[in-house]
Amino acid sequence: MPLELVETWETTSNQKQYLWTLNFGPQHPATHTTLRLILTLDGEKVVKAVPDIGYLHSGFEKLGEDLNYNQYVTIVDRMNYISPVANEIAWHHVVEKLLGIELTPRCQYIRTILAELARISDHCLNIGTAALDLGAFTPFLYAFYQRELIYDIIQEASGQRFHPSYTRIGGLMYDVRHEWIRKVRAFVQSFPKAHSDIHRLLTRNRIFVQRTKGIGVLPRELAINLGCTGPVARASGVVRDLRKDEPYLAYGELRDTFQVVCATGGDCYARYLVRMEEMLESLKIIRAAIENLPSGPVNIDVETKEVLPPKPETWRTIEGLIQHFELIMTNRGLNTPREEIYGAIESPNGELGFYIVADGSDRPYRCRTRPPSFVHFAVFPYLAVGHQISDMVAILGSLNIIAAELDR
Amino acid sequence: MIAYHHILETLRRITGCSHLELRTFRDNVRLEVPREYLYPVLQHLKEGFGFDMLIDITAVDYLYYPDARRRFGVIYCLLNTSTGQRLVVKTYLDEPDLHLPSVFPLWKAADWLEREVYDMFGIVFDGHPDLRRILLPESFADYPLRKDYPLRGRGERHNFPTLSRAES
Repeated sequence: MPLELVETWETTSNQKQYLWTLNFGPQHPATHTTLRLILTLDGEKVVKAVPDIGYLHSGFEKLGEDLNYNQYVTIVDRMNYISPVANEIAWHHVVEKLLGIELTPRCQYIRTILAELARISDHCLNIGTAALDLGAFTPFLYAFYQRELIYDIIQEASGQRFHPSYTRIGGLMYDVRHEWIRKVRAFVQSFPKAHSDIHRLLTRNRIFVQRTKGIGVLPRELAINLGCTGPVARASGVVRDLRKDEPYLAYGELRDTFQVVCATGGDCYARYLVRMEEMLESLKIIRAAIENLPSGPVNIDVETKEVLPPKPETWRTIEGLIQHFELIMTNRGLNTPREEIYGAIESPNGELGFYIVADGSDRPYRCRTRPPSFVHFAVFPYLAVGHQISDMVAILGSLNIIAAELDR
Repeated sequence: MIAYHHILETLRRITGCSHLELRTFRDNVRLEVPREYLYPVLQHLKEGFGFDMLIDITAVDYLYYPDARRRFGVIYCLLNTSTGQRLVVKTYLDEPDLHLPSVFPLWKAADWLEREVYDMFGIVFDGHPDLRRILLPESFADYPLRKDYPLRGRGERHNFPTLSRAES
């Protein structure tokens, strides 16, 4: 975007000579990825902020039209590289809604645990890096150690640490083993200590509080009008959480185990507090889910012709092989209704939705992502005005912008 | 929670449009609106029925869709944050007249969402304060999410101008 666009800001020529323009990004340590801000400054005060995005645009939605419903999961988890499992669960949740599939209880519980682990991992990264940008290095290391443990759990389940592509239509790639359950239990035991360490390092840290309190205040009405969801909206007093309001997976059965965390401040500090408390609530869900993990099959019945058969069955039985090819071969595949559907889950960042248009074939005709980061970054100009240039980093950190999801 | 058929009846009465239609699929309720009535319908949904959050705006190109008669569909996903009620509002457009009223005066969230639809489909939102491309560079010539845009091949990206260090 050319810099002249900033000049459209209405100022008298007298005022204008004091203003200067600063280009923030696209390569800047505090943007974490590639996004650019064009700031109009009066001394150190920001008068206007114009975000410029698109540096990471890779055409995921166009790619989705060429991949089938199971293949696209590998693209979906690259949209959000901070909590990829949440994106996989969101995608297949909507596809299953389109096909009208009811998951088995065991699958629902495992997906719930993974979604909550993803939430903890996402919030850990957000709090760690937000503090790092404000000069606090230690919480970052504490938070990243916990993320390592979560990677280990995901690796134990799927064999992949970062982009597991673990979900399939009607179930999971394969069932979890006992070792996975042991690891989740160990994590549930050990996490509260790490959480309290981060809490003691930051929550009453005078520098951190001064850098975040009263910075980037988002009033409740503006948050609703701008379409904010998730922790950003809840920190502004919008009491809304899809896990409670529109329960999916096992959240309906586990609804008494957790509470929705809200704050009224609407500033960076409130967003930090909401994320901190949400991690503890997620931990409660994980604890309840892992202790009540149902037995039974993890995938729905193969007879429905919607789920890929387990690999040993594909290799050893003729029925399994036929069923496998029925779904994989290009001239066969899933039968989808000629309909369109919007579905969403509460991802760590907010409402992550997909709008799928199905044309009867095994590929989506159109698969629109409703990315929370995109909507939240549009809020930035409203929050930035009137603050110092060093506060931009605090605001950016508290919104948790993930550029791959922002640009897709 | 207001019953959907009540919303439909009220909207028919207020706008005087008899072509409003309600379709249900799973838990989604979709209201199909002719585009002349789009803005009054959305305005009334926000002000009269409390759909105060605009979740998403997106578009679909129905060029190769089986049995489709209209080219573009534009979709507005609305949410009532106090009752949790959802509604999908849909309207259809045909070439060459790809204009829609901007809903930015109703929801500020429409700012970037409409820019993205313009960027990807070339649908123009009249009254938008700053309708520019958002994800693709200003010099990009085509609208890539249209179905007649190829998936593979050396396209615009290949022709992007490269700046040397001296020019920058």
